[in-house]
Amino acid sequence: MDNQMDRHREAFREEAFELLTELETALLELEEMPDDAELIGRVFRAMHTIKGSGAMFGFDDISRFTHEVETVFDQVRNGKIAVTKQLIDLTLSARDRVREMLGSSEESSAAASASEEIVSALRSLISDRQQLQAERSIREEESEQSGHEITYRIRFKPSPGLMRNGTNPIMLLNELGTLGRQRVVAQKNSLPRLEELVPEDCCTSWDIILTTDRGMNAIRDVFVFVEDLAEISIQVIDDCGAMTEDGCKKLGAILIERGDIAEAELAAVLPLQKKVGELLVEKGIVAPDQVEAALAEQQHIREVREHREKTEAGSSIRVPSEKLDKLVDLVGELVTIQARLSQMAVGRNDALLFSITEEVERLTAELRDNIMNIRMLPIGSTFSKFRRLVRDLSKELGKEIEMTTSGAETELDKTVIDKLGDPLVHLIRNCIDHGIELPDEREKASKPGSGNIHLSAMHSGAYVVIEIADDGKGLDAEAIRRKGIEKGLITAEAELSEKELYSLILAPGFSTARTVTNVSGRGVGMDVVKRAIDELRGTIEISSRKGQGSTMTLKLPLTLAIIEGLLIRVAGEHFVLPLSAVLECVEFSGTERAAAHGRNIVNVRGQLVPFISLRQKFSLGNTTPAIEHIVIAEISGTQCGFVVDQVIGEHQTVIKSLGSIYRSVAGISGATILGDGTVALILDMPALFQMAAAEEISS
Amino acid sequence: MTDVRTTPAAQYLTYKLDEEVFAIDISKVREVLDFTAVTKVPQTPDFMRGVINLRGSVVPVLDLRLKFGMAETTRTVNTCIIIVEVFVDNERTILGALADSVQEVIDLGAEQIEPAPRIGMRLKTDFIRGMGKRDSQFVIILDIDKVFSAEELAIVQQTETAETISV
Repeated sequence: MDNQMDRHREAFREEAFELLTELETALLELEEMPDDAELIGRVFRAMHTIKGSGAMFGFDDISRFTHEVETVFDQVRNGKIAVTKQLIDLTLSARDRVREMLGSSEESSAAASASEEIVSALRSLISDRQQLQAERSIREEESEQSGHEITYRIRFKPSPGLMRNGTNPIMLLNELGTLGRQRVVAQKNSLPRLEELVPEDCCTSWDIILTTDRGMNAIRDVFVFVEDLAEISIQVIDDCGAMTEDGCKKLGAILIERGDIAEAELAAVLPLQKKVGELLVEKGIVAPDQVEAALAEQQHIREVREHREKTEAGSSIRVPSEKLDKLVDLVGELVTIQARLSQMAVGRNDALLFSITEEVERLTAELRDNIMNIRMLPIGSTFSKFRRLVRDLSKELGKEIEMTTSGAETELDKTVIDKLGDPLVHLIRNCIDHGIELPDEREKASKPGSGNIHLSAMHSGAYVVIEIADDGKGLDAEAIRRKGIEKGLITAEAELSEKELYSLILAPGFSTARTVTNVSGRGVGMDVVKRAIDELRGTIEISSRKGQGSTMTLKLPLTLAIIEGLLIRVAGEHFVLPLSAVLECVEFSGTERAAAHGRNIVNVRGQLVPFISLRQKFSLGNTTPAIEHIVIAEISGTQCGFVVDQVIGEHQTVIKSLGSIYRSVAGISGATILGDGTVALILDMPALFQMAAAEEISS
Repeated sequence: MTDVRTTPAAQYLTYKLDEEVFAIDISKVREVLDFTAVTKVPQTPDFMRGVINLRGSVVPVLDLRLKFGMAETTRTVNTCIIIVEVFVDNERTILGALADSVQEVIDLGAEQIEPAPRIGMRLKTDFIRGMGKRDSQFVIILDIDKVFSAEELAIVQQTETAETISV
């Protein structure tokens, strides 16, 4: 039993963390749109649920604390307190308190006093206004009650486990009854026979017709604790006046009244029902019991249908991400084995085997795409996390900053999103701390006092491009240059393009901030960002205009698990190049090589393209074949060729980690398993290009 | 060394490198494979022979002969890859070690194990957990975690960090 309670508590914690995130988002949105009733409702409901389920699982502190906040928001919802910045601030800090309380099992006295402070501040917020408005609100309440009455049809269908976690459905129904006039019909047909009955199970469901003036929210609030444990549907059936007497209605009409059939179903069932009725009348054996039975049968049909519909509608389910990871691993293995099968089939020259192989290939590709798709999440949730960061940090630094976003619906692999959080926090902190100036400085530079940080995401081929742009003072190229020389990262006479200069700030130990603040400027930030982005096999680019702001552009692969690759061979060794960057493959003959006079440049249709010989780079084999091939790829805006012996073709590449001991070998980003079971290395083309560039500079 | 003395008889897998017999704690050994094609990872030290496909995962293989200053392992019918589980930087890692041939599994009691002599081993004494005595023959018991420790593999990291800085 204890064990079960622990599990429940754990579930509650998980749920509460989610609700807190929701609460934060709602609060921040509310700050921008203080009059949005829907948002106020969201805040209230989140608080209400935390309070309720907190009490249920023995988190009494949390429950008591949230109750205070909820009280305030109840007032807000009723329009008695306006949404102010002060209120949002307080609620946000209250939210943080709840988060802390969830994390720690024991309350320290300091923490308790912090809660105390928030509570008293909240209370004063109520009393300030409430006294003034108390009388008015009573009058308002009265007028509200005599106002517009709506009749709702509510179907409350608890899951069997409802009573086991301490909920008494009768209490819920009674609570509902206080809202207005109600008529409750219990549906007992799912009750098992007595010997099969588990007393703790709740097998009854209820149809309720409620006439009230309190609105949909009030009804939802009654069921807020059991939302996850029961099917609750609320529909408006009559939006003026009270309900009519049931007695004078026909059987079909009663069914509708009880919400037993949907409109479409009604149309289908109605003729059927009539027939049965007529038949019964003819035989003269119509008894109330039998009608009841007919009703029950019909209801049964409806339930079966509803159930089927529900399955078809594909309501979302929650799956632990490890299960998805496992699935991706399995698909990876399947893709590998399929490559092997294809290779076998080509060798066998058996038409039947060939057609089966093709089918398997198609299915595997489809399966892979679907599973990858499951793992895709919109980046918006990550973006909204930063709202709070921007808000709090700018306040702390006395800056006015507004954050705007676009492309929040852009989807990325879950792993990428998870690993992207920290680097983005760093970059945004940098924007706030170094980029955007204080309001008076901004006004001097004839810019609006409030700065802007724009986060955007968009798809670009097999990549997602994320931009963080601010309209601050921009990077100081000269200061970076001086610092770079001082730190020995560049030589005094080195001529660097602006882009190269800016990328210096990504080097370890580089920081231009004169003073170390607690926000950023320890000189560790940017190289951590660089490393994190590298790990995701992405790139980072910086552009900036002095006085006008800077933009960081992150380019990240859509997924980390499987990519389209180009299989090549050099001196008997196989390598994979990520196909997304490959532009074309051209022949490279001995005469062309001679024409290059030892320079690593080739003329491709009048354009000079630098190339890297993988044979030389990796010191593989001695004899160069008469005709080599150059794979031309686009790397950060420029073309670069890679000389290989042979281009084999496209390859579905399941990316495998090289493990910790090879983790940081430059130029290799991973490995994959080929059809014949051998391992091929995946080349990191941008890294190879940069290594080559660096070698040229140093020589 | 004290823990070695107090532990009861443990099992060791013995294998040959050149003509010498080495032993590793059997609990570290996951399996023994026939020699398969090893893919060399460019720009890494010679003793890191490369990677193999172990039922779908990529596993690094090291040549202990090169590591211990002997000649490179040449492939024979007896050449094996011993798959071991070690902790590198407190991270559980699966590695393969090349062996000229795998011998047998033996029991060695604590009284059969002597500390390694300080000199004359041609091996870092750190790598040796002790000398097992068996039928007047000595086997060198390796401390496999030390052999593959982060510092020992750091050579790889160093060669490449120098390159990343220059980027």
